[in-house]
Amino acid sequence: MGTTHVTSPPHGHAAHAAHHEDLSFWRRYVFSTDHKVIGIQYAITALLFLFFGFTLMMLMRWQLAFPNQPIPLIGGLLGASRAPGGTMLPTFYNELGAMHGTIMVFLGIVPLAVGGFGNFVLPLQIGAPDMSFPRLNMASYWFFFLGGVTMLLSFFAPGGAAQSGWTSYSPLANIAPTGQTVWILGMIFLITSSLLGAINFITTTIQLRAKGLTFFRFPFFVWAQFVTAFLLLLAFPPLEAAAVLQLMDRVAGTSFFLPSGLVVSGQALAVSGGGNPLLWQHLFWFLAHPEVYVLILPAMGIVAEVIANNTRKPLWGYRPMVYSLIFLGFMSFVVWAHHMFMTGMGTTMAAFFQTTTMIISIPSVVILTSLIISLWGGSIRFNTPMLFALAFLPMFGIGGLTGLPLGLNITDIPLHDTYYVIAHFHYVVAPGTIFAMFAGVYYWYPKVTGRAMSERLGKLHFWPSFLFMNLIFMPMFFAGMAGLSRRLADGGASYLFSPEVLHYNKLSSFGAWGLALAQIPFIVNFFWSRKHGKPTEANAWHATTLEWSAAPSPPPHGNFAEPPVVYRGPYEYSVPGATKDYTPQNQGVVS
Amino acid sequence: MEIPYTVEPRPDTGLTSGKIGIWLFLASEVMLFGALFATYILLRVGAVEWPHGAHYLNIPLATLNTIFLISSSVTMVMAWYSLKTDAFGKFRLYLGATILFGFAFLVVKYFEYSAKFHHGYYPKTNTFLAIYFTMTGLHMLHVIGGMAVNAYLWGPGSKLWKTDKEHFANRVENSGLFWHFVDLVWIFLFPVLYLL
Repeated sequence: MGTTHVTSPPHGHAAHAAHHEDLSFWRRYVFSTDHKVIGIQYAITALLFLFFGFTLMMLMRWQLAFPNQPIPLIGGLLGASRAPGGTMLPTFYNELGAMHGTIMVFLGIVPLAVGGFGNFVLPLQIGAPDMSFPRLNMASYWFFFLGGVTMLLSFFAPGGAAQSGWTSYSPLANIAPTGQTVWILGMIFLITSSLLGAINFITTTIQLRAKGLTFFRFPFFVWAQFVTAFLLLLAFPPLEAAAVLQLMDRVAGTSFFLPSGLVVSGQALAVSGGGNPLLWQHLFWFLAHPEVYVLILPAMGIVAEVIANNTRKPLWGYRPMVYSLIFLGFMSFVVWAHHMFMTGMGTTMAAFFQTTTMIISIPSVVILTSLIISLWGGSIRFNTPMLFALAFLPMFGIGGLTGLPLGLNITDIPLHDTYYVIAHFHYVVAPGTIFAMFAGVYYWYPKVTGRAMSERLGKLHFWPSFLFMNLIFMPMFFAGMAGLSRRLADGGASYLFSPEVLHYNKLSSFGAWGLALAQIPFIVNFFWSRKHGKPTEANAWHATTLEWSAAPSPPPHGNFAEPPVVYRGPYEYSVPGATKDYTPQNQGVVS
Repeated sequence: MEIPYTVEPRPDTGLTSGKIGIWLFLASEVMLFGALFATYILLRVGAVEWPHGAHYLNIPLATLNTIFLISSSVTMVMAWYSLKTDAFGKFRLYLGATILFGFAFLVVKYFEYSAKFHHGYYPKTNTFLAIYFTMTGLHMLHVIGGMAVNAYLWGPGSKLWKTDKEHFANRVENSGLFWHFVDLVWIFLFPVLYLL
C-alpha cells in the first residue's frame, strides 16, 4: 500500500465549522448527513412509532377488557372490514397484535436506542467529527423510513395487515392475506437499514476514536452500542434469508416452509410440499434472540451513564461489566431455541439450549448487580433521568428473573402460551428498556437543544408511568400462572376455567389507558422545553464524558472546535484531591 | 467536513475505514448465504428423496460459468494492481474484462433459466428447484450489484483517479473484495447444487 500516497488533513474541523450555514433547508434538516440531525430524525420518527404501536395496543386492551362490546368514540371510524358496528373482529385483533409487536420492536425501540441515541451520542462520546460513512448513515435512516411507511401501508392491503404474530410463523403466515407480503417487504427495508447502521457504528468506533481514547476508556454506552452493532450485523441476515424464502413461498409458490400433505380448512394445499415449518422458527429466532439483546444492551448503556453521573462516583465493576457485555453478545447467538421448547424438540437439544440459557443469565446479573452496587455510597441526585434509570433496575430485574422458569424446558411448557410470557418480556422491554430510553431523553435533551426539560413535568411523567406500567403487567403474571392463554381475541372469556382471573384483564387495560394519560406531561415537556426550558451550560450535568465536556450544546457541524484528546477513564467522579467532583476525560492535569 | 481515515489508514489499526466497512459487510453476507446453505442442508436431510443436480441442471454450462467467474476474479486483481503500478490504461482494460466476464455469466445463466422454464421446471415444482432458483437468483443479484459498482468505477467514478489516486485505488480494492466474495459464493453453489 501507499505507492501513490496522497495525504489529506485528518481533522479539518475548524476550516469547515461554518460550512453548514450554506446548506439548503432540505440538505440541512431532511437529507442531512450530519449524525446529530440523523439521530434526531431517528429519535422523533421512532417516538412517533412507539406512540402508534401503543395506540394499537390500547385498542386491543379494550377488546380484552370488554370482549365483543363496541369500542367507544372511535369504534365507528375503524371501518366495517375491521370492526363492524364498532365491535372488533378477531382478524383485526390479530392484525393489531402482529403489528404492535413489529412496530414496537423494529420501528420503535431499536431505531430509538440505536438509530437515535447511538447516532447522536456515540460519535460525540468518542470525540469523532461525524460517523465514518455519513452518506450511508443518511441512507440508513431513509431505508428505515421506507420500511416504516411500508408497514403502515400494509394496514390498507386487501385482507388487512400481517396477522400471524410479530414472529410470522409459517405455515400460518404463508396462507395469510396480502398484508404479510407487504410485511416481508417492509422487513427487508428495515434489515437493510440496520445493516448499513451496524457497519457504520462499528467502523466509526474503531476508526474515529479520539487520541488517547483506548477501548477501556470508552464510556459504557459506547461499549453497549459497539456490541449491539455486531449483533445487528450478524443476526439480521438470517432473518433476511428467511424473509426471502417466505416471500418465495408466498409469491413464487415454493414450499420452503410447507410440509407435504398440508390441509387448510379441510382442503389439501396445492403445493409441492417437502418444506419444514420449523425452519422458519429457527431462522427467525436466530435473529430474534440476539434482537432481545439489541433491545436491552443500549438501555443498559444509557442507565450506566445516568447512574455514574448522578451518583457522582465511578461505576462499580466497569471492566467486569464490559466483559459481561461481550460475553452476552456471543452467547446470544446460541440460545435461540429456548423460544421453541413447545415444538417438541428432542431432550438433547432442549438440554443444550436450556444450559446455554442459564449461562447467559450470569452476565446479565453481573451487569445489573454492578449497577446496583454502583449506587452504594454515592451522593445521589434524584433528577428525572436518574429516577427513570433507578426504576429500570428493579423492572429489568423482575423481567429477567421471571425469565428463568421460561429458560428451562420443564417449566416453560406450561407457561409458554400464557400471559406469563407477555408479562415477562414486557417487564424487560417496557418498564425496562423504555424507562431507560426516557432516562436518555431527559439526560441528553440539554445536549441536543441547549435547554433542560422541566423537572416538575418530568416527575409528573415518571411517577404515574411507574405506577401504571406495573398495573399493566403485574396482573399478567398471575393470570398467566392461572393458565390464561395469550393470543385470544376475547381475552379468555370463552374459557371455562378463566372467570377466576378474567377481571385482571380490566386492571391491565385501565393501566394501559392510564399510562397513555401519563405520557401527556412528557409530550408537553418535550415541545415546551425546546423554546422555554431553562438554558443550560455546555456540561449541563457536570459529566466526565466527551459529549458534555468537550462540545458545546448543541454541538455544531463537526462537533468539536478542536479534536479532543483523552487522558483518563470515563467515570472519574469525586476523585480525591480534585477541586471539582468530576474530572472530564479530556482534562490533562488534575487541578 | 473532512472525515479522517477515508484515504490514509489510521496508524494504530493500519486500516482505512472503507476496508473495515467492506469486511463487515462481507461478514453479514456470509451470514445471509450461510443461512441459505443451512436451509439447503435441512431441506435435503429431511427430504424423502432428493434429485441429483444433473437431473435438472446443465453441468457443462455451469462449468463454463465457473471459469468465467474465476477469470473475472483474476482480472479484478489485475485491475487493482494496474492502479497500484500507475497504469491507468491497463486498469480500464482489466476492469472492462471483469465486467464482460460478469456479463457472460449472466448470459449463460439466462439460457440456463430459460431452458428450465421451457421444460416446465419452476421454483414451485419441487424443493430442490425452489432452493436452486432462490440461491442462484440471489447470487445473480449480487453479480449484477458487483457489475454495477465496477461499471461505475470504470466510467464516471474513475474521474477520482485524476485528483486522488490512493482513494480511487482503495475503492477498486473494496469493490474487488466484494467481487471475490460473489465469486466465492458461486464456488460453493456450483458443487452443492450441480454436483452433489
